[in-house]
Amino acid sequence: MTTFSVPTLAQMNASGQAPEVLFWVGCAGSFDDRAKKITKAMAKILHHCGVSFAVLGTEEGCTGDPAKRAGNEFLFQMQAMMNIEVLNGYGVKHIVTTCPHCFNTLKNEYPELGGEYKVEHHSQFLNGLLKEGRLKVEGGQFRGKKITFHDPCYLGRANDEYEAPRALLEKLDVELKEMRRCKQNGLCCGAGGAQMFKEAEKGDAEINHVRADEALETKAEIVVAGCPFCNTMLTDGVKNREKEEEVQVLDLAEMIALAEDL
Amino acid sequence: MQFLPNVIFVALLGGAIFWFSKNVGRIRRNILLGRDVDRSDNASGRRANMLRVAFGQSKMQARPIAGFLHFIIYASFLIINIEVLEIIIDGIFGTHRYFAHFLGSAYDVIISFFEILAVATIVTVVIFWWRRNIGKLDRFHKPEMEGWPFKDANIILYIEVALMFALLNMNAVEENFTSSEHSFIVSHSIAPLWSGLSDSGLHLMERFFWWIHIAGILAFLNYLPFSKHFHIILAFPNTYYANLEAKGRFANNSTVTKEVKLMMDPTADPFAAPPSDGPIEKFGAKDAMDLSWVNLLNAYTCTECGRCTSECPANLTGKKLSPRKIMMDTRDRIDEIGKNIETNGEFKEDGKTLLGDYITQEELWACTSCNACVQACPVDIDPLNIIMQLRNFATMEESSAPAELNAMMTNVENNGAPWPFSQMDRANWINE
Ligand code: HEM
Ligand code: SF4
Ligand code: SF4
Repeated sequence: MTTFSVPTLAQMNASGQAPEVLFWVGCAGSFDDRAKKITKAMAKILHHCGVSFAVLGTEEGCTGDPAKRAGNEFLFQMQAMMNIEVLNGYGVKHIVTTCPHCFNTLKNEYPELGGEYKVEHHSQFLNGLLKEGRLKVEGGQFRGKKITFHDPCYLGRANDEYEAPRALLEKLDVELKEMRRCKQNGLCCGAGGAQMFKEAEKGDAEINHVRADEALETKAEIVVAGCPFCNTMLTDGVKNREKEEEVQVLDLAEMIALAEDL
Repeated sequence: MQFLPNVIFVALLGGAIFWFSKNVGRIRRNILLGRDVDRSDNASGRRANMLRVAFGQSKMQARPIAGFLHFIIYASFLIINIEVLEIIIDGIFGTHRYFAHFLGSAYDVIISFFEILAVATIVTVVIFWWRRNIGKLDRFHKPEMEGWPFKDANIILYIEVALMFALLNMNAVEENFTSSEHSFIVSHSIAPLWSGLSDSGLHLMERFFWWIHIAGILAFLNYLPFSKHFHIILAFPNTYYANLEAKGRFANNSTVTKEVKLMMDPTADPFAAPPSDGPIEKFGAKDAMDLSWVNLLNAYTCTECGRCTSECPANLTGKKLSPRKIMMDTRDRIDEIGKNIETNGEFKEDGKTLLGDYITQEELWACTSCNACVQACPVDIDPLNIIMQLRNFATMEESSAPAELNAMMTNVENNGAPWPFSQMDRANWINE
């Protein structure tokens, strides 16, 4: 894809350099076709803003979040220790990630195991760039568009971050229409707690369909997510309601990359 | 004979306090059956949280109608209880309206204010009753509310009304006394109802309502430990000991940390005997006493209001999981364990466990760990924490996680991702 190179920490390290920030891509961002687009959008923005960054590449492993939420503390801690060994080996200080699950685990569960870093969700990091004047966002193609934002549980309730994504959207000059349940009361997309990897229990509806309905109720043209798993769930929900022609599901990073024609 | 009422009163009061303490002690013992967790940190943050959430009722206001109505009952209760202090003094020493001697004319104003609160309480309780029994609010009618929990909720409301009526009528009767020195705003208007009685009849009725009122209060006090209404006490310690860290942070098991460190240490002797400090620890929770004392305190604090369940994505989509039921099951089970201990001197195996006999695997695996229940709870209860400990047990001790999750975990173990992709392909996106 890239017209620029995305170095790995190993490469940077070999040439005696250290990046400003490590971009933690995560499993979805590395392997899932839809999520890879988010990863690329984020890499483009970082490059565009002149942020010196690197990825771990093949040295990155699952943070262990799905294992821990599925009850396997042992596997979680194995993953965590392996990752911490790598991160500490490179002397990583600052991490940005597009996945709220990686964000939460790295930020809250790694320190006790010896991994202490400044960890930011991309909405927070990009806000920082905005404030420093390194990222300039003009409404671009989204000016005046009606959008809605789905709060990822692991960014919102889990870490009390509701404003960073909204501050970014505000810069895009969009018309943000909140869903009935938003912020603290936002409804889960249905993927958390390792649900992504299994069929739901017996019930009378799918959580992502219900959430998609709430998003569609706002009459938004774009449903914005800040998590690759929410993105998948909502895309699927919108499809299920046969609205994929009219309504797009996009990540915050994709919105910014598109607005800036990156 | 002259002191007979005083003696009866003191005996009643002493008995009530004795029974109440005994039952509080029983609940305290049950709570302390739980595993230890350290919540002795950050005392000032904890105090602030208690002041805001319990005393200030902050999370109740997320539902403005219920929040406002409850605030009336709550504030009235705290204030009217000043009068209970007077009743107790009168009862013990045989005085009559002891505080009136000090307060003079202010006394009538204060009691009038209390009477207004009593009326507000009656009105509020009627609305609460209506919402529960006729309004058919969805969250009051889930399967776990059938039977006793539903009755319990109504009993509390009936007692509240009875107490307020006794208070108002006691004052109303007294206003008809030829010797009456007081007149209060609400009872003044119902006083004529009793004007037909002779003076001795009036004195009899006044005493009747006085005794009904105080006996009712003492009975109510002793009902608390058997009811969801125990929240009026436990809401305070429960918010004090609540988790104040990020809700997304799940505790790391320190025994696992030791083992993993040992496994990853290249200098460790792989054939060395496993560290044997004490009995082998069980991972996660299977029964109520495997949970922490905070989980058990949560269980006894639960008001069964169902705000958690009404926000739960699993429950909203018809799954069996209900976070309120998780709390009620935990309480019922630890209560059963407590009774078992009382009967047998120590816990005797009864072939039952929280996971399996109370909470099913189907409920357990429906949770998305979204924290909506934790956010919604007005008394800072954390049902998710219990769910995760039960999952720890199911996965690590029983290997009974759903097959798809086992497949996911095998992938994580073998190739560092929840899907069967090669670790070597992780950076392919860069050149795609
Ligand atoms: C100390 C005096 C208190 C009194 C007299 C009191 C009284 C009551 C009563 C009568 C109900 C039943 C309402 C119904 O039927 O729906 C109730 C419910 C409840 N109380 Fe309290 N309460 C007290 C303290 C507290 C505190 C400190 C809290 C913490 C915020 C609290 C939280 C609740 C909740 C969450 C419910 C369920 C109500 C609902 O469904 O919306 N209470 N209380
Ligand atoms: S954390 Fe689990 S139990 Fe609580 S609301 Fe979310 S899905 Fe329901
Ligand atoms: S756990 Fe909290 S929100 Fe749920 S029923 Fe109990 S008191 Fe209400």
